[in-house]
Amino acid sequence: MKALKTLATIAAVIVGSSPAFAGSTLDAVKAKGFVQCGVNLGLYGFSAPDEKGNWSGLDVDVCRAVAAAVFGDSTKVKYTPLSAQQRLPALQSGEIDMLARNTTHTLSRDTANGLNFTVTNYYDGQGFMVPTKLGVKSAKELNGATICVLPGTTTEQNLADWFRANKMTFKPVVIEKNEELTSAFFSGRCDSFSSDASQLAAVRANEAPNPADYTILPELVSKEPLAPAVRHGDDQWLDVVRWSIFAMIAAEEKGVSMANVDQMAATSADPEVKRLLGVTAGNGKALGLDEAWAKTIIKQVGNYGESFERNVGMGSKLKIARGQNALYNQGGLMYAPPFK
Amino acid sequence: MGGLRTTRPKTLRALVYSARFRGIVYQVLVVAGVLALGWYLVQNTLANLAARGIATGFGFMGQEAGFDIGEGVIAYSSADTYLRALVVGVFNTLKVAVLGIALASVVGLVVGISRLSRNWLIARLATLYVEGVRNVPLLLQLFVWYGLVTSLPVPRQAIDVGLGVFLSNRGLKMPVPEWHSSYGSVVAMLVIAVIGMVFLRRWAINRLYRTGRPFPWILSGLAGVIGLPLVAFALFGAPLVWSVPELRGFNFQGGVDLSPEFAALLAGLTVYTASFIAEIVRSGILAVPHGQTEAALSLGLSRAKTLRLVVLPQALRVIVPPLTSQYLNLLKNSSLAVAIGYPDLVSVANTAINQTGQAVEGVAVTMGVFLVISLALSLLMNWYNTKVALVSR
Repeated sequence: MKALKTLATIAAVIVGSSPAFAGSTLDAVKAKGFVQCGVNLGLYGFSAPDEKGNWSGLDVDVCRAVAAAVFGDSTKVKYTPLSAQQRLPALQSGEIDMLARNTTHTLSRDTANGLNFTVTNYYDGQGFMVPTKLGVKSAKELNGATICVLPGTTTEQNLADWFRANKMTFKPVVIEKNEELTSAFFSGRCDSFSSDASQLAAVRANEAPNPADYTILPELVSKEPLAPAVRHGDDQWLDVVRWSIFAMIAAEEKGVSMANVDQMAATSADPEVKRLLGVTAGNGKALGLDEAWAKTIIKQVGNYGESFERNVGMGSKLKIARGQNALYNQGGLMYAPPFK
Repeated sequence: MGGLRTTRPKTLRALVYSARFRGIVYQVLVVAGVLALGWYLVQNTLANLAARGIATGFGFMGQEAGFDIGEGVIAYSSADTYLRALVVGVFNTLKVAVLGIALASVVGLVVGISRLSRNWLIARLATLYVEGVRNVPLLLQLFVWYGLVTSLPVPRQAIDVGLGVFLSNRGLKMPVPEWHSSYGSVVAMLVIAVIGMVFLRRWAINRLYRTGRPFPWILSGLAGVIGLPLVAFALFGAPLVWSVPELRGFNFQGGVDLSPEFAALLAGLTVYTASFIAEIVRSGILAVPHGQTEAALSLGLSRAKTLRLVVLPQALRVIVPPLTSQYLNLLKNSSLAVAIGYPDLVSVANTAINQTGQAVEGVAVTMGVFLVISLALSLLMNWYNTKVALVSR
């Protein structure tokens, strides 16, 4: 049971003397030979295993990118599937090295919970899905509705805040198990299902008896910047994870892709590209990594745009438009600082 | 020990050989060890949490919870504190546990007796029930119950049972009388009548022992319990306004409802625990020597009276201790509510843990509450056990 695992993690906090905190995480990761990455139990498009047990998704790509940067091999990752409640204790206790599990960056998590968020790799917002035949066109028409939500997320609080702000009432049905919750919704137990819009799209594409029978309402009632996180107190490791993500975003901006990365490294005259790909040395040493770290990421994982299209975009079942997740120069929010 | 006290040890050597002294030393060592271990665990936890910059303490209990709860016995809104949210959870747990224990006891008693019935069909059906239910994991049974309840029609096509009762996948909606100021005295009459019935019973039993003449205290007591409040009700001019459920917007408004989550959990816990209780009841009855039944029958008691007055009182001595364990199991199993969305203590605490990130405190509170309820239940049952236990004369 999940509860058991949470307890085990708490027990680790209580009894453990936590050797993971003795030295730097980067050294510890290098010594053991793989990155221990906390991911979702199974959220299609973000982190989900296929029938052979191979993980893929937008969040999984961050884990792979970090492994590529540290080891030059994106396969050196071990995945720890975590429920929403388990994820923070798992990172706090040192069970995992990094958390890439569609986690919303909030002030309390950044401070009181001892986490450091790296870079937002997906800008999401909480939305509502309703059966099309209900005839609801806007979330403002949901007064008095029964709403299915997953526990252990910011979702419950957003929902209460938004209904209170709009002077409306609702009845929550909170079910811990994803499959039970979605089946309750699809059987009509709730009028609406509320979660991050990306998650609604994934559930509709994969679990709805007939996806066309369900509508995702236009209102987003919250800001959900989803960002991979690391523990407080290890700035070097924070930098490694943060810049691994920036490298993917910068590569997209500069037009460096999986296919052309070798050629760009050999021929590009753009000084920023040369620094990014390690042709001009310095960045790797500063991070404590090989100079070709970013080149390896792009060669093995791809740039941010490639990762997005492959996992959640038009090349996937989810068919989510780039929207806020486009580059800053294309009307989105994705922006990497200079590589110098 | 009395012998040792006369030769009080004077030297260190004598002290070492004193069984009494060694006993005390061992006990002091054990207590000190347990305390040291506890102290170490608490200190280590605090140190580890502090090293990671994680907030500790129960300060969050006074903060605004900011999330809603589907149902509750007491009033609650998202503007209330975490403490109140947890209290709502505790009451929800108690509600399902108390009702579950009462229903499981009744069903268990009936099934247990049925298994011993001389009617072939009844006995076999009871066996089928017990063997079928107690061998399937409770979690699976809860999913089945929840699946059954949620596959009922949607509110707009609710089954109209009549008299304003509607059954849909949003639960069972029933009309309920709206509160009237005179109802206070009606309730007071009910309480008086119940207390009166207790005294009536005592007097009736006393009379039976003294004179041998029985008095129908059950019937006359029930007449009072039903009659007195009715009289009070009539005196106030029978003010009765029903709140009837009607379909408005997404769902029924008005009336009272039994939520699908609560119904599924209560049904699951009752059916599952009753199968174990049935076996306990059966073993208890079989533990009473058959001679007792024969003796009672030869005195001219009917079969029903033999069971009620002779067999069951003796069987209770065997039944009560394992029954206590089943009650405690039911209470603890109620935490499976999270799986089907009933907002019990564990479910509310989970949300609180996630929002505040204070897992150690949240789990500690949950464990503490369950421990207190379990111990209280256990004390109650132990008291009852000493009451029904064989009095040695």
